[in-house]
Amino acid sequence: MNVINIRNISKTYVMGVEEVHALHDVTVQIDRGEYVAIMGPSGSGKSTLMNMLGCLDTPTSGLYEFNGANVSEMNDNDLARIRNKEIGFVFQTFNLIPRSDALHNVELPLIYGGVNAHERKRLAAEALNHVNLGDRMHHRPNELSGGQRQRVAIARALVTKPSIILADEPTGNLDTKTGDEIMTLFEELHHQGNTIILVTHEEYIAEHAHRIIRLRDGVIEKDENVQKRVIPTVA
Amino acid sequence: MGMRIADFAYELKEGLAISFQAIRANKMRSVLTTLGIVIGIVSVTLMGTAIEGLSRGFNDSISKIGADVLYVQKWPWFGGEGEWWKYRNRKDIKMPQFDAIERHATLIKSATPMAGTRAPVKYKGQSSEGVLTLGANDQYLETGGVSMDFGRFFNQAESDGGRPICVLGSEVAENLFPNETPLGKTIRIGTSTFRVIGVMEKQGSLLGIESLDNRIVVPIEGFIRRFGANRGIQINVKAADIKNLDDTKEELRGILRKARHVPPTGEDDFAINQQEMFIQTFNAIGAVVAGIGLFITALSLFVGAIGIMNIMFVSVTERTKEIGIRKAIGAKRSTILLQFLVESASLSLIGGIIGIIISYPLSLLVNQILPTSMPLSVVGIAILISIIVGVVSGFLPANRASKLDPVEALRYE
Repeated sequence: MNVINIRNISKTYVMGVEEVHALHDVTVQIDRGEYVAIMGPSGSGKSTLMNMLGCLDTPTSGLYEFNGANVSEMNDNDLARIRNKEIGFVFQTFNLIPRSDALHNVELPLIYGGVNAHERKRLAAEALNHVNLGDRMHHRPNELSGGQRQRVAIARALVTKPSIILADEPTGNLDTKTGDEIMTLFEELHHQGNTIILVTHEEYIAEHAHRIIRLRDGVIEKDENVQKRVIPTVA
Repeated sequence: MGMRIADFAYELKEGLAISFQAIRANKMRSVLTTLGIVIGIVSVTLMGTAIEGLSRGFNDSISKIGADVLYVQKWPWFGGEGEWWKYRNRKDIKMPQFDAIERHATLIKSATPMAGTRAPVKYKGQSSEGVLTLGANDQYLETGGVSMDFGRFFNQAESDGGRPICVLGSEVAENLFPNETPLGKTIRIGTSTFRVIGVMEKQGSLLGIESLDNRIVVPIEGFIRRFGANRGIQINVKAADIKNLDDTKEELRGILRKARHVPPTGEDDFAINQQEMFIQTFNAIGAVVAGIGLFITALSLFVGAIGIMNIMFVSVTERTKEIGIRKAIGAKRSTILLQFLVESASLSLIGGIIGIIISYPLSLLVNQILPTSMPLSVVGIAILISIIVGVVSGFLPANRASKLDPVEALRYE
């Protein structure tokens, strides 16, 4: 079943007097449980597509259905609710709240989702344990390493049990070893049934995915399934 | 789709937590920002305290006039400017009119005629200046609400007989008899001599001007005989029941019109004065004081509000990225709006609390001049005002924050 159904969407920005077509007539479907990488050089429109998929932005034209609901016609509050309940964001720069500790950062989407304090603490602790940060709950972002910060961000994305996890260059600010650890974590999450959409410009990162959508100049250049190597799964 | 109360509570709590973190992170800036609010709140609490003191002092004085006492005089206390000649040409009030009141009035508890003179007062080598010698009857204590310190007041027989005896106010007693008891001593008032039979308790002054203790009371009959038979008197009447004050006044009016032979269509040729006239005048003065205080308060609160608005705009800009993050993970516009409103209200409230803390010792200082204390209601009002100012001045910045585009905000560095 489709989680995401995008038909003929375009996005046009007006920059001064010039019109920029960031996306042009893009059609994509993504099923539940898929692990998709969106690739492309900078300026290819992959950030715009990612903002669109994340309901941070709406298309100029075309149809976007999320779990069968028409996102193109939603108001600000409905978009906020979809982002809160259905989408888990992981950013390149982690984007944690600097003054709050790990636990509170992970709790935040639940606060906005109206979950009571006791349940919030339980779910947030569970999510942090899931990413092996059970012992860092009361550390602030500046007391954590880059990899740990990104795992806090992943815990925050997971905590609401969203329909999709949307990761924008999640390893872009990490060294190779830590980046690999993060990619292994995504692998596990995928195995546990999560739908993952990865935006990257690095081939070896994209290769973790099972399907790669290549964008160039605002159009889909290629959409192909990847022949998987055998990956030793961690039990 | 209404917002659940629980959701609102979580967001409010989160907003409070965020604002305290933010204020703690910028302590100096926050305190300086609230300066206008601090001044505004200090001025509102001090004004409240001063007004409280004024009205307390006034009520103190006014109670000495007695709310249930009517004063029959030639002149009204207030009003009637430019009609000086009319009042001057009225017939004096004389003893027969007092007798008529005593005989016919049914709604009164007590009544005394009153006449006064400022004759020099002497005892041996001591003399006392500016003493008001009053002629009154034995009901003076009752109508005036005065009590005795020691000795006794004269009785009805002594009053009617115009005996040469007198009762001293506490100030007169202290001035003439610094080292001995005045009881039984003979003093000279003008050219006449009087024997002291008692001293009245200290009463203080009327509005801080006219001392009520620099007085001597002698029987009215004797007073008229010694200080002049032609002078007019005034009549002080205490109503039996303050609830019937208007009826009592009407009854007195009827008796006096008849006794003074006022024709049925004629205007009263006397005035019946009462405490209420003072209260009205005082309220007018109080309104002016409050008006000035309100103006100063409003001005400084306005300056304070601008300060808070300014710092909140700075705060919104500084935290653009954070607003983007919060929006990305599901904060609605209303959530962000609430967060910043809570922050500006907290900021303003801190100013209010500082203001109250500063006002307290200042109110003790005011207390040295004017017996008063900071009323609790004023503290409550000050807190309420500072919260309202915070919410109002935070609205524009909070609204800007709530309308930020999440994509743009996330990109902000």
